[in-house]
Amino acid sequence: MNTSRAAWLFITPALIILGLFFLLPVIAALILSVTDYDLYALADIRNLRFVALQNYWQLLQRPLFWSALGHTVYFVVVGVPLSLFASLGAAMLLNSPLARFKPFFRTALFAPVVTTVVAVAVIWRYLFNTKYGLVNYALDSIGMPTVDWLGDPHWAMPTIILFAVWKNFGYNMIIFMAGLQAIPGDLYEAARIDGASAFAQFRHITLPMLKPTMLMVSILTVSGYFQLFAEPYVMTEGGPLQSTTSVLYLMYEEGFKWWNLGSASAVAFILFVIMFAVTATMLRLSRQGEKA
Amino acid sequence: MSPRLAKALIHGLLIGAAAIAIAPLLYMLSVSFMPQGEASALPPPVLPTHPTLANYRELFLNAGMGRYLVNSLLISTAITVVSLAFNLMAGYAFAKLEFKGRQRIFQVLLGALVIPAQVAMLPLFLLLKYMGLVNTYGAVIVPALATIFGIFLVRQYASGIPDDLMEAARIDGAGEFRIFATIVMPLLKPIMVTLAIFTFLAAWNDFMWPLIALTGQEHYTLPIALASLSREHVQDSELMMAGSVVTILPVLVLFLALQRYYLEGLLMGSVKG
Repeated sequence: MNTSRAAWLFITPALIILGLFFLLPVIAALILSVTDYDLYALADIRNLRFVALQNYWQLLQRPLFWSALGHTVYFVVVGVPLSLFASLGAAMLLNSPLARFKPFFRTALFAPVVTTVVAVAVIWRYLFNTKYGLVNYALDSIGMPTVDWLGDPHWAMPTIILFAVWKNFGYNMIIFMAGLQAIPGDLYEAARIDGASAFAQFRHITLPMLKPTMLMVSILTVSGYFQLFAEPYVMTEGGPLQSTTSVLYLMYEEGFKWWNLGSASAVAFILFVIMFAVTATMLRLSRQGEKA
Repeated sequence: MSPRLAKALIHGLLIGAAAIAIAPLLYMLSVSFMPQGEASALPPPVLPTHPTLANYRELFLNAGMGRYLVNSLLISTAITVVSLAFNLMAGYAFAKLEFKGRQRIFQVLLGALVIPAQVAMLPLFLLLKYMGLVNTYGAVIVPALATIFGIFLVRQYASGIPDDLMEAARIDGAGEFRIFATIVMPLLKPIMVTLAIFTFLAAWNDFMWPLIALTGQEHYTLPIALASLSREHVQDSELMMAGSVVTILPVLVLFLALQRYYLEGLLMGSVKG
């Protein structure tokens, strides 16, 4: 049997799955988004009509779409830097030559990453319970005002951001650790001999050397955070006052609660385009930065 | 700063960070052993006064947790085993076998990596509905049987296998499948373990797609069941914590046992990507 034929046999199962259950639906989503596919079309396909860009146009006029986009952007803009900060801090601590019991600390810090979002969200909902939660109890006992964490529209999103940082920082921490280890030790050695402070070493050696890692990690985290869904679904059901309704939450409700599959597909595509534009811009900006 | 002070500071921070990371999980475990109502008291109790398994009994006897656990195990295992086979074969072929269009197809796959999975979900639901698969295990299993990430990971790893090994076997007259099974597979063992853990954890923790595709309780996986239970039993913190323990414990144990492979895979998938 020749190699080429064997190769095709080897890749065919995977290509069928990916083609039929991913690439084809993506193309179908684009088509769906220019139709009025709804409950009536679901019952009888003959009710389906082509509506061109009407779904997109109507979305852009809906306040809920803009607020969902706003909440998602809030989550990304605040959550990503906080996550990266926590990851880098933890990685630097673990990477310090002075630190002991590294495997233990690494495992402990990474543990939240492998847990199930829904299950840990349930824990956080209890911890941040207004009345019986440990967090408010602790605040109260040191004389601080308590907060209605998940019930106050101003606090619900910050609480979800805290949760996401706790859940995710371990992932990038591992990547940062690898990045830190790749920095040649003699750079620090030379800096020390020149009398550079720890902060100066961080600013002039660690940060510039970590730049490629930082860029990749930021892009991955930004795309991940744009896909906010399970956290508000479990912790707040999108509330209070829709203050934690994200774009994907809107897509889910639009598609699988109200069965407006056409308009939900338009939501999905707008999110995709925004994610693509944001990550492409980040990539471009960093390249320009390198040239300058 | 003196080295001793720096050392104390670093360890203080590490202990603090580790406590924040682990405490919610330990607290979950503790509350799960409290009798009903104990956790809704002031001050919030940290340890159960009379530890009990009542919540677990309630979950498994009356809330159908046993069934959800079996569903999760079944779905995650099926996805892991089959997708491992498909991704291994494809990844190896893209790395080591010459065929027309190899570069082009692989580039299309890589390009598709930027598309978030949710874009496909609405038409995928309709497709599976027409296939009669909605609300069956198949609705969750079948679309997950191959992943671009998995193929990419295997291809990276398989590129390191020297061509001479396969060439020698070909000259001896071995067929491609035999070469794959007897020469390539043993060499791919480390990446197989890595990919298997990754796939299993992802399948176990997956939420949005099973939520959409599994419409009836009898097929719920643990995360879906837990989300649904937690909407009904908002006040039953003890019961919910026990449910969280059942959901988290299997993956946590799996990770602790095989974390070296998991972390290696994490670095391969991102740093080289």
